[in-house]
Amino acid sequence: MIDPGLTHFLIVGAILFALGLMAILSKRNTIMVLMGVELILNAANINLVAFSRFTELSLNGQMIGLFVIIIAAAEAAVALAIVLNVYNRYNTINLDQINLMKG
Amino acid sequence: MELTTILFYLFSIVTITAAAVMVFSNNIVHSAFALMFTLIGVAALYVLLYADFLAATQLLVYVGGILILILFGIMLTTQGKSLSFKTSTVNIAPASILSVAAAALLIYAFVKTDWKITESGVRDETVHEMGMMLMGEYILPFIVVGVLLLIAIIGAILMATRLSAHNDGEV
Repeated sequence: MIDPGLTHFLIVGAILFALGLMAILSKRNTIMVLMGVELILNAANINLVAFSRFTELSLNGQMIGLFVIIIAAAEAAVALAIVLNVYNRYNTINLDQINLMKG
Repeated sequence: MELTTILFYLFSIVTITAAAVMVFSNNIVHSAFALMFTLIGVAALYVLLYADFLAATQLLVYVGGILILILFGIMLTTQGKSLSFKTSTVNIAPASILSVAAAALLIYAFVKTDWKITESGVRDETVHEMGMMLMGEYILPFIVVGVLLLIAIIGAILMATRLSAHNDGEV
């Protein structure tokens, strides 16, 4: 085992991104898709913080990461409100069965 | 071998394993709990990257906020009276091909690139410096993101109240 450098953290981020992509593409439950989005946001955040540690980006990277976390919180709140509305209207949150634009 | 090296490998294995459990589990409650371990692992990786404030924020906002919100969403949208938390999985072959390709491409790019690494040395705390930056050059995005959060909260409340009004009207 070698000491973790920039590449190691980036690879962890890449694997998390791939798993999030897998969740988004293969799951049909809307909440699972949301969890995949959270996973991808975390992957991007790991990359930003890793660059802030190892390159000249310095604390600016952590600052961008902070804003990403804040916006993820806003996104989760609004998305779950939308999901609850959809469930109330269609009685399902399976993405394949939500196929009307004006119910 | 140093302690940080062991911790890095430990926490990255925890993070990736929990994320894999999250993606490949068929029970959505198990997925949510696996997501919790992923988020905690990511917070630990932040600590290893000298981002202590960000790690605390991650624990508070993600584990304490978003995860609870997701669990509430699961509980409120469970279908039928049988309490089955199964999720359907489709397109497994194309999805796995695409994500494996994405991971391979990203890792190849990361390994092949010649990064300009500047060793900044050990940073013991970032809170003071980040606070000065937030009140200095980042003041405009800080205010804008505050307004964004306000709008998001108002929007979520509006949708939720419309939901209950709809229910009363229908039933």
